[in-house]
Amino acid sequence: MKSADNNVLISVRDLKKNFDEHIHVLNGVNVDINKGDVICVIGPSGSGKSTFLRCLNLLEKPTSGQIFFEGDELTGKKTDLNLHRQKMGMVFQQFNLFPHMTVMDNLTCAPCMLRKIPKEQAEAKALELLSRVGLADRAGAYPNQLSGGQKQRVAIVRALCMEPDVMLFDEPTSALDPEMVGEVLDVMKKLAEDGMTMVVVTHEMGFAREVSNRVLFLDGGVIAEEGTPAEVFGNPKCERLKTFLAKVL
Amino acid sequence: MQTINIVMANFLTTWFDKLKETFLTDDNYKLLLTGLKNTLIITIGALAIGVVIGTLVAVLKYFSDGVPSLSPVSFICDVYTTVIRGIPVVVLLLIFFFGILSSMNGIAVAIITFGINSGAYMAEIIRGGINAVDKGQMEAGRSLGMSKLQAMRKIVFPQALRYILPAIGNEFIALLKETSVAGYVAIIDLTRGGNLIRNNTFDQYNPLAAVAIAYLVMVIGLTQIFKLIERRLSKSEKR
Ligand SMILES: Nc1ncnc2c1ncn2[C@@H]1O[C@H](COP(=O)(O)OP(=O)(O)OP(=O)(O)O)[C@@H](O)[C@H]1O
Ligand SMILES: [Mg+2]
Repeated sequence: MKSADNNVLISVRDLKKNFDEHIHVLNGVNVDINKGDVICVIGPSGSGKSTFLRCLNLLEKPTSGQIFFEGDELTGKKTDLNLHRQKMGMVFQQFNLFPHMTVMDNLTCAPCMLRKIPKEQAEAKALELLSRVGLADRAGAYPNQLSGGQKQRVAIVRALCMEPDVMLFDEPTSALDPEMVGEVLDVMKKLAEDGMTMVVVTHEMGFAREVSNRVLFLDGGVIAEEGTPAEVFGNPKCERLKTFLAKVL
Repeated sequence: MQTINIVMANFLTTWFDKLKETFLTDDNYKLLLTGLKNTLIITIGALAIGVVIGTLVAVLKYFSDGVPSLSPVSFICDVYTTVIRGIPVVVLLLIFFFGILSSMNGIAVAIITFGINSGAYMAEIIRGGINAVDKGQMEAGRSLGMSKLQAMRKIVFPQALRYILPAIGNEFIALLKETSVAGYVAIIDLTRGGNLIRNNTFDQYNPLAAVAIAYLVMVIGLTQIFKLIERRLSKSEKR
């Protein structure tokens, strides 16, 4: 099965996920993510934001429903997931850099291994991206020699080195000291301005308001409300969203 | 003072003569050398087999856990570790030597037996090391498009090594000492070599003391080597 619309990058159809009989996390999520979209996913803790995001690249296997990426059904049996994942960058709350490799090796190991890019070429590309996030001088460092903000910027670059078509962020600034949040958000903002399609789970309402073009409010395992930042933050309709916003704003 | 010196000198001369008699008559010392050689061959051979089996079982277990269609694989791995770890290695050795592998040369049987035995312990060590690596590492690898095997090889296993290597060092040392039961199946290992000399010469102390010292020196040496490797490893990881 292929989806028709050329502008749609990811299409989620009736996505359900439960971890066992009793824990129903997602109860039928439907959403189309268009090319160039910057989508922020907000919602109370435990509402399934991470689970939703991890289902998009099938790090979490959906219980039922379909996910289409670039027209191919990821949830299909014969899909080569690894190939598609190369096109879906992911950034984690805990960075998950590879501690036994230098920054440079963190950046080049996947491109060299999976896309068979010659080492020099991969390194040149990595260095260029590194300098764009202001870390060109840390290429030889090990992750533990970096600050949290630097780690997360490297993690973003690591994903970018695969030249993905979409970037998935799961609370990329939640593990950071407050003074480092800005530097990471700045990088993400630049990325959005360059036209990258992004799905960002975040508690940073300022970022959602300023950078995203659509906000999804996840609650009760479904998208309880969605709209432009102006609509969602300025004129929330459902009660749960109003309560949620009252708490976080 | 004078008398003490004389007593000492007398004692040393007597002891030295005794040593000469014990180890040099009939080239008895050769029994120790043969024994030492066989002990080392068995230990190193078994270690190699143990590492291979252990890695294989640990990785198979890792990949089959939580995959219903692979549950037989997981079950077989569990049976192997449980059964082997539940049987004394001497019993295992006797079973293999007189039963399953009775047509084989004794040292080969010993290598295989100790290898299979130590593989079960290695599997647990390696599995523990793999599990000690943060789950996020595998996920990060997968999210970049690596297969489970690629992420295991490039990302998880190299990190697991820092937990695994010290334990393998201990297993190596335990194995070296465990092979001292090889004499049960007529192999002349270090222990049996010493014991044969004791039998031949009726010297109850010196042959066994020599054996004990040989083990001790090897164990201390190995301990130092592993410490060195560990230090190298942690230095290169800069964590
Ligand atoms: N592997 C798992 N096994 C069992 N339950 C899980 C698992 N992962 C998540 N859950 C449960 O699913 C629910 C949703 O979790 P999820 O992490 O998606 O929430 P979240 O919206 O990202 O929350 P937070 O804002 O705290 O990150 C939670 O109740 C959580 O306990
Ligand atoms: Mg979460």
